[in-house]
Amino acid sequence: MSNNTISVSRRRFLAGTGLSAAAVATGTLSIPGVLRAQASDVKLGVLHPVTGALSYSGQQGRLGATLAIEEINAAGGIKGLGKIEPVLGDAQSTPDGGVAEVEKMNSAGVACIVGGYASNICLATTQAAARYELPYVVDVGVADGIVTRGLKNTFRFGPGFGVISKTALTNLAAINDQAGKPAKTVMIVHEDSLFGSGLAKLLNAQLPQHGFQILETIPHPTPTRDFNNVVLKIKAQNPDLVIPANYYNEYVLLARTMQQQHVRPKGIYSVLGGAASSFKFVKEFPEAAKYIMDCNHWFDPRNDKALALKKKVESKNQFFTYEVYMNYSCVYLIADALQRAASADRAKLTAALANSTFSGHVMPYGPTKFVNGQNEGAAPVNTQVLDNDIKVILPTTFANAKPVFPMPA
Amino acid sequence: MLSPVILVPAILNGLLTGAIYALVALGLTLIYGVLHIINFAHGALLSAALFAAFFAYRVLGLDPYVAVFLNAPLFFALGYALQRFIIGPASRGDDRNMLLVTLGIAVVIENALLYAFHADTRTINVGYAFETINFGIAFLAVPRVVGFIAVFLVAFALWLIMTFTDTGRAIRAVAREKLGAQLAGIDVAHIYAITFGIGTACVAVAACLLIPTYYVNPHVGNAFVLVAFTIVVLGGMGSVPGAVIGAFLIGIVESLSGLFLGESLGQIGIFVIFIVVLLVRPSGLFGERA
Repeated sequence: MSNNTISVSRRRFLAGTGLSAAAVATGTLSIPGVLRAQASDVKLGVLHPVTGALSYSGQQGRLGATLAIEEINAAGGIKGLGKIEPVLGDAQSTPDGGVAEVEKMNSAGVACIVGGYASNICLATTQAAARYELPYVVDVGVADGIVTRGLKNTFRFGPGFGVISKTALTNLAAINDQAGKPAKTVMIVHEDSLFGSGLAKLLNAQLPQHGFQILETIPHPTPTRDFNNVVLKIKAQNPDLVIPANYYNEYVLLARTMQQQHVRPKGIYSVLGGAASSFKFVKEFPEAAKYIMDCNHWFDPRNDKALALKKKVESKNQFFTYEVYMNYSCVYLIADALQRAASADRAKLTAALANSTFSGHVMPYGPTKFVNGQNEGAAPVNTQVLDNDIKVILPTTFANAKPVFPMPA
Repeated sequence: MLSPVILVPAILNGLLTGAIYALVALGLTLIYGVLHIINFAHGALLSAALFAAFFAYRVLGLDPYVAVFLNAPLFFALGYALQRFIIGPASRGDDRNMLLVTLGIAVVIENALLYAFHADTRTINVGYAFETINFGIAFLAVPRVVGFIAVFLVAFALWLIMTFTDTGRAIRAVAREKLGAQLAGIDVAHIYAITFGIGTACVAVAACLLIPTYYVNPHVGNAFVLVAFTIVVLGGMGSVPGAVIGAFLIGIVESLSGLFLGESLGQIGIFVIFIVVLLVRPSGLFGERA
């Protein structure tokens, strides 16, 4: 709390919050304005799980957000409002950790928060921020529940479960049809928190409609450090397709254990696979990553800005993972809204975000339009690990390779 | 589900996991057998040993299987010093105090690790981590097979020390009859510390065998120690063969319950055994007294 320039005791502050909350309800006064009045720059909460089980993804997310902030500040900041001052927070890979950081950021007087990463963290943090009418831009968190609770402060620039799973299933059916329908049976391996379980439920409901038979759905906790039993089950049932839905560490371990146990289905197709579209995975374990397909967040490979950003990130010896460009884009979305609101006032910023038509970003999205906090223009793409690189295989408008399916023996 | 294609590899994997459990349990049961205390600091010491193995690889570039020859003596010295200069003097001869002191040490070590290295989960990436040996019915991971062999080497070395050295005889004498040993001129405080040192060295060996395929964070040891307590109870408190056989049994039970009940419920089987043993045979498989 050393960066908090306002000296109020905790008790006085809490009393103030209570009073102001009442004042907000009657529309007379807003406490964020009071708190921010003394700060010259615009404070932006940058919240990620940078320690704990999700630390890699969290650190990548923080990298993306801070890169965008540095760029914006180097270009002179937000016109009339000054530079963006990041207030970094660590959710420690738990919803509780995230909520504690929201409280800290709120008392530090941030205008907005970006981040959260995991669905369960985002659900908790957006709700905590909503109590202070603090605008919150979710960077990744795909659970549909995040934007369907009627929280006016919550915005998600990227696509949610519903859209992603629908696209993933349509594309999977298309890839399978094109190859002469070699895949009929499926096994799903998912992590057992909100993200994995939600996805598994959706897949269980929708895959049969596309002509696939689900042999088994296997849940596992995060972290899991031994996938031998899971892989043995896969080996015994011998499905045509394996669909993993888990975070980075577990995804890598599962893929490596499958390689170790010589389990080669016709395809590994993931929906939001934690590592499937990760350059880190492809570089470190090229054999395990080969031919894995994924439907995930991805940058626009035809966009010069995106390619320049990729170069920049790689020059820092970091991998250009989706966390980086998702957060990068979200910060620019906020900067755009701040500019239009011409104020760091939370209510004005919320309104500006809700009306956003943000364009010129690095993502392969349609026109930005927020409906109940969800960007309707957001869409995932399909990728595949080919030639030690990640190529876009669908939609054809963005594709730079053709799908290789079934996997060559 | 009951096809041998799954069952045999699952049982073999359980046996290999059991080997690592055996090493952790060996230290625990040895300390109990001689000092008659349950060492609550065992888990924290395992976390510390995993960090030692991690940094030996990252900083010194030592392969974990080489680092074991550095870390085991280091942790022997650490264990010796802990018992000789902290646990022994602080307990003032009362076993119950010793128990509390080890609990205190656990809290201190864990929080020191947390302060120094944060809650991050770290792993190392050695080339052989995912190599396998084809046994026809199953592909077994090389590091696990190494661990399996190592546990027998360690158990054999312990047996040699206990049987053929004066220190070993003194340890056995103190375990059996503390007052008599003291009267015969054995320095009990020294023997206590030696035993604690050996127990801690076992943990260091386990850490070096674990790190190629496992991860480290300040709380990681706890998961193993809960299992090790169960093993010690199953095998009989203070029994070395009991710890080894108990560990293999628990490894298999864990693997099979993971297979049948799902990964999220995998450890239920272990704790069911814990309760059943306490109810039916509190002295354990090889225990002498209840």
